[in-house]
Amino acid sequence: MATNAAPATTPAEDVTAPEHLTRDDRVALLRYMLLMRGIEERAMTLYRQGKVPGSFYDGHGQEAVSAGAAFAMGPRDRLCVLHRDLAAHLIRGVDPARIFAQYMGRADGLTRGRDGNVHFGDRTLGCVGMVSMLPDMMIVATGLAMAFKLRGEARCALTWFGDGSTSRGDFHEAMNWAGVQTLPVIFVLENNQYAYSTPTGRQFAVDPVQRAEAYGFPGVSVDGNDAEAMFEATRAARERALAGHGPTLIEAVTMRMHGHAAHDDMKYVPTEQVEEWRRRDPIDRQVRRLTALGADVDALRAEVKATIDAAVEVALASPMPDPASATSDVFCSGEPEPLGDGQAPWSGFAAARGDAAEVAG
Amino acid sequence: MATMTYLQAISDGLREELRADERVFLMGEDIGAFGGAFKVTDGFIEEFGADRVMDTPLAESGIIGTAIGAAVEGLRPVCEMQFADFVACGFDQLVNVAAKMYYRQGLAVPLVVRLPSGGGFSGGPFHSQNPEAWFMHAPGLKVLAPSTAEDAKGLISAAIKDPNPVIFLEHKHLYRRVKGDVPEGRYETPMTARVARPGSDLVVIAYGAMVHTALEATADIDGAEIEVLDLRSLVPLDEAAILDSVRRCSKVVIVDEANATCAAGAQVAALIAERGFEDLDGPVVRVATPDVPIPFSPPLEQAVLPSVDRVKEACRELLAY
Repeated sequence: MATNAAPATTPAEDVTAPEHLTRDDRVALLRYMLLMRGIEERAMTLYRQGKVPGSFYDGHGQEAVSAGAAFAMGPRDRLCVLHRDLAAHLIRGVDPARIFAQYMGRADGLTRGRDGNVHFGDRTLGCVGMVSMLPDMMIVATGLAMAFKLRGEARCALTWFGDGSTSRGDFHEAMNWAGVQTLPVIFVLENNQYAYSTPTGRQFAVDPVQRAEAYGFPGVSVDGNDAEAMFEATRAARERALAGHGPTLIEAVTMRMHGHAAHDDMKYVPTEQVEEWRRRDPIDRQVRRLTALGADVDALRAEVKATIDAAVEVALASPMPDPASATSDVFCSGEPEPLGDGQAPWSGFAAARGDAAEVAG
Repeated sequence: MATMTYLQAISDGLREELRADERVFLMGEDIGAFGGAFKVTDGFIEEFGADRVMDTPLAESGIIGTAIGAAVEGLRPVCEMQFADFVACGFDQLVNVAAKMYYRQGLAVPLVVRLPSGGGFSGGPFHSQNPEAWFMHAPGLKVLAPSTAEDAKGLISAAIKDPNPVIFLEHKHLYRRVKGDVPEGRYETPMTARVARPGSDLVVIAYGAMVHTALEATADIDGAEIEVLDLRSLVPLDEAAILDSVRRCSKVVIVDEANATCAAGAQVAALIAERGFEDLDGPVVRVATPDVPIPFSPPLEQAVLPSVDRVKEACRELLAY
């Protein structure tokens, strides 16, 4: 399988109404992708202005991977989100102002200045923040799924990780464990062609999506630049997980369009490769679909921009953390506050609730 | 009260917690049908079932990482590393994921990792280590090391109830060698030091198996009144109790079974140098395993582990100072 080749799609296929998405859902997917890109572009400006310490990592060109997958997850499901998957946080309900504050190391950031970039997870929204060692969170997500199974709950955990992650032992340990225990977990392999500067050809001899079968569950390769395809693959994987059939590996084939981080000029990537993938931009694609359906994309862009402007203002007004707080809260005292539930804007969940209400009524 | 071995006391503590709190479950290699390599969970699977006494794949990172996931989701996992040495394979999950989770995102990880540790019986380089210092250096982890049956039960209960990740060092050489009266029912031993024997001429500070070495070595040294302070907990470290002993005794011998460099005892020595200097009436003396892997053959192993004779000699010399 050539991982560089995204599946071809014709405009006709693009406009065809997907079975599980309403027109509003399709607009929402675009909105979350626009919001992610807009927030990250603005954050890069703030970085260049010296307002974002450290370095800055973004998911430009990969917006569909997190938007599509997170959109299929229910409120009580749990997500371990990777650093190029900002749309997942937005879908769960994280306030963009807190994201900007997080980037800038402010007191109102999600980690109160204790960690940077997208190294956060809002526990009140059912997210567990990532660590830099990848794919550690594959195992943690497997443990979340194990808890659901032990308690007999129809819930699901999902985690993202990159192509480089597939070389580490934790990939194997998580895949094997989830397979042996038939756990409700979805593994989203974000194949963006490069692990820092290392191309996939130097990372693995066989496309890792093929490994799923060896662990006893399906692996599917999806066009990671198509939010609706990502949604559908995740929705199906979740349905499978909730039915007790165990994990799914989803390979999202995409491209990292920026450097590993702000300092990386990406000179190791052939220009033609970038150009080719630019033509497959996930946002352009969703815009084409919705324009064909008569949606007012300009109005949507204006609303997103206004949201971001307001969020930046709030974040810039947030104080820096008190240096005296640096040594506090290393340990928890008292009863732990558990993970909470997140937003789940997909209309399918509302419809299911409606059905349940009708049945109950 | 019942008389139990150190091992039976740990089993008893685990059983009490499993009975009292349905969130508690055990995970590890061969802990179910086989009852664990040291039989700590012998018979548990019959009482609690295979879900709560879970035989896992041979994957230490997997054990600790999935336990983290279960813990943040509201369960209370207790992981067994078959030998403390194997925790090296799960080090990343403990140190990078579990230890920093609460500080970074306010998400507590109530998790216990049991480490059958220590040497003295020809376990060789991979079945004899005392890795506590690795974890003392990772903020966010608590580190416990009981020496008696009563404390082993009380501290395993305290560890399970604690909202933080706790490393629980249970010394293999104490499992069946040490017996004592153990209260019935659930109780918690505080994570503080304990005066194992009061004294006023010199204090030996130790933890785990070395508490027994210290007690034996100092039972009679020319009639000197020698105190033995059992740390019980390395994180948190009971600084007040250490400094109090120093104040009363003025002479200090610190014993570690672990390798000397950056050991728990080195931290105790640093504490005394910083905050107990004025109370000292002689140099702080350390007895520890030199910085070598633990060798297999009995004469080699005995040559490196702190012995009753080495501790006795160190005390004699310091008393004469």
